This record gives sequence, structure tokens and C-alpha cells, in this order.
Amino acid sequence: MIRFDNVSKRYPGGHEALRGVSFHIPRGQMAFLTGHSGAGKSTLLKLIPLIERASHGQVVIGGHNLAKIGRRRIPYLRRQIGIIFQNHQLLFDRTVFDNVALPLVISGLRHQEIGRRVRAALGKVGLLERERAYPITLSGGEQQRVGIARAVVHKPPVLLADEPTGNLDPELSREIMGLFEQFSQVGVTVLVASHDIALISSLGHRILTLRNGQLVAGDGSARATA
Amino acid sequence: MSARPPKRGGSFLPVYLIRHAQVFIASLGRLYRNPMSTLMTAAVIGIALALPATLLVALNNLQRLSGGWNGAASISVFLKQTVSDGQAADLASKLGTWPGVSSVRTITRDQALAEFRRLSGFGNALDALNSNPLPAVLVVKPARENEPAAVQALLLKLRQLPQTSMAQLDLQWVKRLAAIMAIGRRGVLVMAALLGLAVLLVVGNTIRLDIQNRHDEIAVTKLIGGTDAFIRRPFLYTGLWHGLLGAAIAGALVELAFGLLSGPVSRLATLYQSDFSLQFIGATGIGALVAAGAGLGLAGSWLAVSRHLGDIEPT
Repeated sequence: MIRFDNVSKRYPGGHEALRGVSFHIPRGQMAFLTGHSGAGKSTLLKLIPLIERASHGQVVIGGHNLAKIGRRRIPYLRRQIGIIFQNHQLLFDRTVFDNVALPLVISGLRHQEIGRRVRAALGKVGLLERERAYPITLSGGEQQRVGIARAVVHKPPVLLADEPTGNLDPELSREIMGLFEQFSQVGVTVLVASHDIALISSLGHRILTLRNGQLVAGDGSARATA
Repeated sequence: MSARPPKRGGSFLPVYLIRHAQVFIASLGRLYRNPMSTLMTAAVIGIALALPATLLVALNNLQRLSGGWNGAASISVFLKQTVSDGQAADLASKLGTWPGVSSVRTITRDQALAEFRRLSGFGNALDALNSNPLPAVLVVKPARENEPAAVQALLLKLRQLPQTSMAQLDLQWVKRLAAIMAIGRRGVLVMAALLGLAVLLVVGNTIRLDIQNRHDEIAVTKLIGGTDAFIRRPFLYTGLWHGLLGAAIAGALVELAFGLLSGPVSRLATLYQSDFSLQFIGATGIGALVAAGAGLGLAGSWLAVSRHLGDIEPT
């Protein structure tokens, strides 16, 4: 589902964030991406929804070579990917319901269908009773769950999360990871960037480790897994 | 999964229309929630549109007024020096019976001299002359004054009279007035173009600020797959609403201005025994105002959107 083939990313100015990264995450698999800050986790995630483009190598998502997706088709690629951010990226001038509804509004769904799906997603993250609240009135963990509901409301086949538990206490973090596991069990391919080694190694999923822009473990080859 | 736009099947159009209707209403709601800034912008647009609109309506009224005078052309018949005042009076009463003539006024040689002395300032020079050099004049008012051919025929007939030295149709001043009004109209159009440009910039700047204020929303929307058209739409509608509100304010201002003027104008007209009354902007004028406001609002927001929306990308 997510395939990187010898991918490098060099930013203007010469900083090389990723060097020759290759891996494949099959459909429905859940994987973690770890490494020190600056190792290239965020850059790697940004290549998947084409927030950044690879300088070298191929990124293939669901059979689509991203190099061949032009500017005008990027929105349709992004609709296939749910993205969760450490800082939630919620819109504070609208309610929880409206935040979660945004991807469906963009897709042009009808009103009743939007209501049904938003409530299903909010139910999934346990915030059904807060749909009329504004994000500012929610706790950090609740805001993160609103972000997750928004990322999954349109049932994307790929889910990305960048440090989703960055500011949360261990119990909440484990709860959030549990949600991701549930999504992968219904066939969603999940890639979570996190530096919380203790938490992610306790969950028993595949772990890709980046160091200075190079994948040093978890690429699926014999060398790395040995 | 696919990274292609959805197929445009039978259900495409309703969804498209529904989205437009939603944004149409939502953008109005957004303006309603910021009444002060909305009103300020709309008022600036309104005043900018009202100025040329008022002047154009005023020019139209002036044209109507001079159109009424256009027919009041008269023919000045300058008689030969040999024609005495008595003969001139006889000729005047004879011409008065012609079918093509409505009335005849006689200016005797003495009257002409007195008028010339009064108006020209050459009184002393005239005193040096032994005799009055001025001819008598008959001012002939044509009966069918609105038919140029009939007036022209009358002019020819008057020229062929043995007593006539020269006959002249007094249309010059009407032509001059028309020329002056053509300049006025051109000037108003130039001013309208400049003020239209100002409206464009006002709307463009308002939308630019709006885009800056909603930077995060735009970035998030792009991130979750909003197309450029989807993101552009609310801003274009906001510009449209600003233009429409501005046009409404302009229409009200023009109506108010002419409402205030119409009383004094008709009193003045009565004093001149005229039934002239001020013509207001009318449905066509309001329609043109609304079209101009909507067009400028849309164009201004389009400018801002195409300049600034591309700068915002998710990071």
C-alpha cells in the first residue's frame, strides 16, 4: 500500500533529510516510524500526501506513482489519506461536529449522510456527546481524538499520524494507539511516527527506524531484521 | 484507491449546485457576523459607485431638458438696409400668416442699435457714425419645430424673400450644448472607470485580508483534499456579496440625492413655465448598478484569490 523505493529528499539549501529509503507496508498493516528528532520522520510522512515531493526515487501509494500526480490531482490523492498531527490542526472557529465534517463537505456529501458519518466517527473516538462543543473547550487528549475522527471520517485506506501522542500522558497515549490498532484491523494501512520507544515497542508492531535520513531497521529486508 | 477526480455522472450537477448554494448562504452568514467591517467596505464601494451613477443620471436629465429646447430653434431673418421699420412690420405680419410659421417677433433697427450699444461696449464708436448700420431683424419661430426638413424648407423660403439680406437658423448654441454634454459624458465615463478600479482594489484588499485571517483554515482544507475551486469559492462569493451590498448602498444614495433635488428642480421648472420633472435612476439604472457592483466584486476577489491562495500550502 505504501511503497518507498530508494527515496531521497534534499531540501533547497542542501539539507538531505532522507537518503535512499526503501520499504513497503502492505495493506492493513500497522507500522511505527521512529528515530531522533531531525532523523527525517516528518519528512517521510510529508512525502505520502505530497506536502513535499521526493527529490529522488519513487513513492507509490495504492499503486499510484506519486511522481506522476500533478498539482491538480493532489487533492484527490489526499482524500485517500487520513492525517493526524501532533498539534491537531483543528479549526477553532467551528464546532467539533463541523471540524470532523470538513472532509465530507469537501467530498460533496449530502447533509444527512454527513451527519450519520460524523456521528459514527465521533462515536468511535468516544466524543459523541461533545459534537456541539468548540475545540478550545476540550482537553489535549480530546482534541487529538477530534483530529483522529476527522482523519478517519471519510474512511481513507491510508492513515498517517505524526507524533499523535506527543503531549499526552501514557494512559491516553495507549488509548490513542489502541484506536489505530482498531483501524488497521478493518484494513486501513496505518503509519505512526513516534519517538516514544517504550510505548511502541510494547505494542508489538513493525517498527521502522530512521537515523540521519537513512532507514536503519524495519525495512523488511533480511539485513535489517537479522 | 484512486487519485483521480470523481467521475462526472448524472449526480454531479445537483451536488455542484448544492455546494454553490451552501457557500452562497454561508458567505453571507460570515459577513453578517462581522457587520461593522462588512458595512464599511460596502459603504466605500457604494460611494464609489454612486458618484458616477449620480452624474450619469444628471447628464441624462440635462439631455432631456435640452432635447425640449432643441425644437425651440428660431430663424433670424436679417432684412436689407433699405427696408424701413414700417415695411419690416408689414412683412412680419405677412409672415405670421404663413402655415409653417408659429410666431414672428420684430427687432427694429433702433432696437437692434440699442441692444448692440448695451451689449457690445462700442457705444462711442457708434456715435461717430452718421447712420444706423444695423438692419432690422425678424425672429421667426417655425410651427413644426421638431421636423428639421420643414424648418429647413421654411429657412429657404425666407432666404428667397426680396427683403431678406440673410437668414440664419439659430441651432449653433444647441450644437454647442450637445458638444459640452458629450465632453461631460466622456468625463463621467473616465471617472467611472477610475472609481471602478478603486472598487476592484477595495474588494481585492478586503479579500486579501480575509485570506490572511483564514490562513490556517485554508492550509487544513488543502491538507485534507480540498480542491482549489472549493477553497476559492467562499472568497469569490464574499466578493460578490460586497459588490452587491455596495450597489444597493449606491442605489439608495442616488435615489436619496435625486429625491432631495426633485422638489427644488420642479419649483424652478414651474418658474420657467416648464413641466420638466427630474427623472430618477430607474429600473435599468439600478440593474446596471447591480451588475457593475457584482462584476467588480467578483473580479476584485478573483484578483486577490489568484494572487494569494497559491501562496498558502500545508507544511
